[in-house]
Amino acid sequence: MNMLTSLMLLPLIGALLISAIPTTKSLLAKQMTLLTTILVAVGVIVMTLRFDRGKTDLQFVETHSWIPTFGINYSVGVDGIALVLILLSALLAPIVVLSGWNESNGGRWSAKTFYILVLVLETMIIGVFSANDLFLFYVFFEAMLIPVYFLIGGYGTGQRNAAAVKFLIYSLFGGLLMLASIIGLYVLSGEQGAHTFNINALSQLQMSSTTQNLLFLGFFIAFAIKAPLWPLHTWLPDAAQSATPGTSVLLLGILDKVGTFGMIRYCLTLFPEASKTFTPMILVLAVISIIYGAFLAIGQKDLKRLIAFTSISHFGFITMGIFAMTSQGHSGATLYMFNHGFSTAALFIVGGWMMSRRGSSKISDFGGLQRVTPVMAWTFFFAGMSSLALPGLSSFVSEFLVLVGTYTRYPVAAIIGTFGIVLAALYILIPIQRSLHGPTMPGNEALSDLNVREKIAIAPVIAVIIGLGFYPSPLLNIINPASTHTITQAGFTDPLAQIDPKAGK
Amino acid sequence: MTSNSLVYLIALPLFGATVLLLAGRRSDKWGHIFGTLMSASSFAVGVYLFIQMLGNSDGQRAMTQKLFNWISVGSFQVDAGLLVDQLSICFVLLITGVGTLIHIYSIAYMSHDLDRRRFFAYLNFFIAAMLLLVLGDSYLNLYVGWEGVGLASYLLIGFWNQKPTYATAAKKAFVANRVGDMGLSLAIMIAFATLGTVSFDGVKEHASHASTGALTAIGIMLLVAATGKSAQFPLQAWLGDAMAGPTPVSALIHAATMVTAGVYLITRSNFIFDLAPNAQLAVAVIGVITLLFGAIIGMAKDDIKKALAASTMSQIGYMVLGAGLGPAGYAFAIMHLLTHGFFKAGMFLGAGSVMHGMNDEVNMRRYGGLRKFMPITFATFGLGYLAIIGVPPFAGFYSKDKIIEVAFNAGGIKGITLGSAALLGAMITAFYMTRVVILTFAGSKRWDDKAHPHESPFLMWAPMVLLAFGSVASGFFFSRGDSLKNWLEPVVGGHMAHEAELLSPAVVSILALVLVVIGVGFAIIKYLLNEVPQVAPTDVTVFTKIARRDLLQDDFNEAVFMRPGQAITRGLQTADTTLIDGAVRGVGRFAVGAGNILRTTQTGFVRSYALWILVGAIGLVATIWVVTL
Amino acid sequence: MNPANYLYISALLFTIGAIGVVVRRNAIVIFMCVELMLNACNLAFVTFARINGNLDGQVVAFFTMVVAACEVVVGLAIIVTIYRSRRSASVDDASLLKR
Repeated sequence: MNMLTSLMLLPLIGALLISAIPTTKSLLAKQMTLLTTILVAVGVIVMTLRFDRGKTDLQFVETHSWIPTFGINYSVGVDGIALVLILLSALLAPIVVLSGWNESNGGRWSAKTFYILVLVLETMIIGVFSANDLFLFYVFFEAMLIPVYFLIGGYGTGQRNAAAVKFLIYSLFGGLLMLASIIGLYVLSGEQGAHTFNINALSQLQMSSTTQNLLFLGFFIAFAIKAPLWPLHTWLPDAAQSATPGTSVLLLGILDKVGTFGMIRYCLTLFPEASKTFTPMILVLAVISIIYGAFLAIGQKDLKRLIAFTSISHFGFITMGIFAMTSQGHSGATLYMFNHGFSTAALFIVGGWMMSRRGSSKISDFGGLQRVTPVMAWTFFFAGMSSLALPGLSSFVSEFLVLVGTYTRYPVAAIIGTFGIVLAALYILIPIQRSLHGPTMPGNEALSDLNVREKIAIAPVIAVIIGLGFYPSPLLNIINPASTHTITQAGFTDPLAQIDPKAGK
Repeated sequence: MTSNSLVYLIALPLFGATVLLLAGRRSDKWGHIFGTLMSASSFAVGVYLFIQMLGNSDGQRAMTQKLFNWISVGSFQVDAGLLVDQLSICFVLLITGVGTLIHIYSIAYMSHDLDRRRFFAYLNFFIAAMLLLVLGDSYLNLYVGWEGVGLASYLLIGFWNQKPTYATAAKKAFVANRVGDMGLSLAIMIAFATLGTVSFDGVKEHASHASTGALTAIGIMLLVAATGKSAQFPLQAWLGDAMAGPTPVSALIHAATMVTAGVYLITRSNFIFDLAPNAQLAVAVIGVITLLFGAIIGMAKDDIKKALAASTMSQIGYMVLGAGLGPAGYAFAIMHLLTHGFFKAGMFLGAGSVMHGMNDEVNMRRYGGLRKFMPITFATFGLGYLAIIGVPPFAGFYSKDKIIEVAFNAGGIKGITLGSAALLGAMITAFYMTRVVILTFAGSKRWDDKAHPHESPFLMWAPMVLLAFGSVASGFFFSRGDSLKNWLEPVVGGHMAHEAELLSPAVVSILALVLVVIGVGFAIIKYLLNEVPQVAPTDVTVFTKIARRDLLQDDFNEAVFMRPGQAITRGLQTADTTLIDGAVRGVGRFAVGAGNILRTTQTGFVRSYALWILVGAIGLVATIWVVTL
Repeated sequence: MNPANYLYISALLFTIGAIGVVVRRNAIVIFMCVELMLNACNLAFVTFARINGNLDGQVVAFFTMVVAACEVVVGLAIIVTIYRSRRSASVDDASLLKR
């Protein structure tokens, strides 16, 4: 059996085993989940090492006929972009489990159910990134919503039901539009040969520009809801506010990447002409997202909502990089997805610890934590620095690549986007000052600092953020061939410098 | 030439910072010694490299070290590479040399602070970042150090961040710096888009092929970056507040090294500015505005550190002016930077020494007559004072007068304007520095009996003495036989063909001296011969009031950026909840409302349902009948 | 005899049944009226089978009978249960689905 399929099955098997143990033994369920996720992470790391960086086509491909009547196959395979995102998911999963060790206790159902949902979600996430058949992708894309819905609605806080429903309806609405487009493509493929859902075959279809534009919009709106792009973002702050920190990491750190991943993999590949047509509009939306998300983040009083809005700003950068159609923009955007996963994870995880200790997510309830809990304060500060893309940390490399890549083709968008880095300083430093600095606020004097489990959970995140900041090549080397390939397929080449360095003199 | 030892310059202090931060409280006992050692060994490496460079011929002195391929995407190729040449070695020696002295000073100055170890970790981190800034071989590497020193400055300004105003000052510094950083990143983007490279070598090589427009854009953006980091107009407002940090920090970061990074950036980018005269003129204009701006603020400040900060701003204005005068000025800008590094760091340490003896009082109106109690501090501070106002043969005389002279010789109206403004600045400098010295060390005592002024311990005054040596001798040393100018020539370009000199060096010096004497005289009349009140008088002219409010810089920023920004934030927040989310909720409400209306047809009476079925059936039949008719 | 006459009778019976369903309140009577309508349809089906000369209509009639039988079983059970609990067989009393 192929590696991808085995990695997809592994969490599922874990979930089955956990469902067999008694509800009361929640510790065993946690340990088994941790073990399963670590196994998956190791597997994905092995797969990454075995990935051939020289090739641009899909690797680890496996195809089985599934519903032959409709030309549906079980077909998986990854290119560099998908691989990096699978790597991100697999690495974050054990960290989420370990950092949110007690997160599942206050839920509507047992801890066991929480971990079963997490593992099922992991299977689907790996599936959605590796699917090579449009129908299979759609199945994973929609099925992903179910565990997240229960994770928010069953284990969240505050208005968790409303938030879960909002999330679900938003996503289903987008999914519905995408389904219409998928059916449209299927019908077209039937008219021009055999009915198929194979992505390569679909990308060869001939379409009138109107058809292409409409089908593109179906896909794009679905992805824009997932990635949250302004103005389709309002589900995210509510969901992040209500979900547990671990769920938020899964949601913002991994799940939302399906949106931006879909833009690269499906929008650009299937509809290169329509992508060109809509690029100016999408860039405007992306730039608005950057600035708008940043301004709203500055104004938030709730720590979780604040992090959600920073993500909206960051997703604006990612979208901008994708539609800049340059290799720097694309590689930067993909790297950004990976780095944003880690920096948001750090913010949510440490923020989650702060909030669970204090019992409040209001920023004004904190203050002076640097005196009381220095290690926790440091990690939170570090996470903030990573979020504002401090040079030397991983997010800087990706953010700068996105900006440079965008500037070479769309200077105005890049210049406005650059304002985002000033606003980033504000939306990170204001909560840091309020929560960490100043005199110790009443109610914070007795907070405990990080324990060993928490230190172990956050250490790899910090290591990755620093490591990739100074040495991003291992990931860039995987991403570059795939992003160049995507751009070439979409009919673009990098704009040349006004002075060609080689032709100089 | 390549060299494998460059990386140690940065690695040593970085290692120090890492160890001290990770070891935490366990390293409290030896942390300060360890940190100082790391800084000192970095200085040793610097000296070693300098000696190596001295042994090479002029064109062979630059050394490079490529560490690894940092970012490589398509044509965007950036190596993590280091470059030390005649320009950067000056900085390396200044940073590690003065840095080490300030480490030593801090051992004593911070000895009562519980977090001394953390302080040394930050200092080490700063040294590493600053070295990366001056050693990076491309704009992007420089950028890493550039923001790194910004972070270090943020951490050190906010070292006592349990005090909300200090934390706010730190945040303000970071944000103002970020505005400048935005300029730097835009400059890098433009450079890549036009020249296809961001390394210094590459940009230098291809700059002549680029259009003047693009080069001007790069130049202006670099200038924006420099104004942020070097506290130049219009991004100068953070520097005064930055004095919230411990005094050694003010000496090292906010006087001697970090704030001069802008001058380094402009001098390093000489190949761009020389081809973009408009950008170069902008640099000179910004320099002149700031040197007057800072000097005027300096006259009105009663807080000794803030007065010195205003003076720093003004002196960096001189350097920026020098750097804006092209190849004729670069060398003198750097010379002033180095001499300023000595005398201003010395004076800040002196101020720290005074505060140390006066229970951390910073108001100069509460000092007076301290020369008897702190003779060494007075002597070293006094030497620094003589250097800054430009009395021959102290350091400032050589460097500042040269800048004024070059400004006059820039030609035409431009030269006369810049030159006279710089001369005026020299007079004001003499006034406010004399004021500081008189208020602090001369006159009668104005402090409470609670204060027991005393001389600082050896570890504090030793660095001050060493820096005082620098204030005395460095100017003479650098200008003897144009040694610094010749040293820097391979990097910043030589003297252009001598144009007709407007004023000869002697004339400029005499003019400057006369003005300095006038400035000093005013100060003596006002502060030495008249009684100085303990509380600042309030019946002063509106100009004094404005100067005390830092020429309204904060009011301006608040009115133009902060308030509208807050209004935008609030407005967008309302829009988000009412308009965008309101539309989303509106869809939900519509569905619920429609359901409520339609629900009324569900009466629960079976017979009414039956009637509806019947009506429907009849309607159906009727429709079919009509249609088929 | 003209087969159309059977259709007239069928329509008449259907109308009587429909009016009965709408007008009467007793569940049993309504139920019988529904049966009447079903049987009116049956008559129409059989007639059409005769007119068209094939067996399709008759087959459907058998279906209808089977369905009607099932319906009687379920329906009567419901009515009896309602009567037991509410002591009334009026359909207007059982308007619990409202709201």
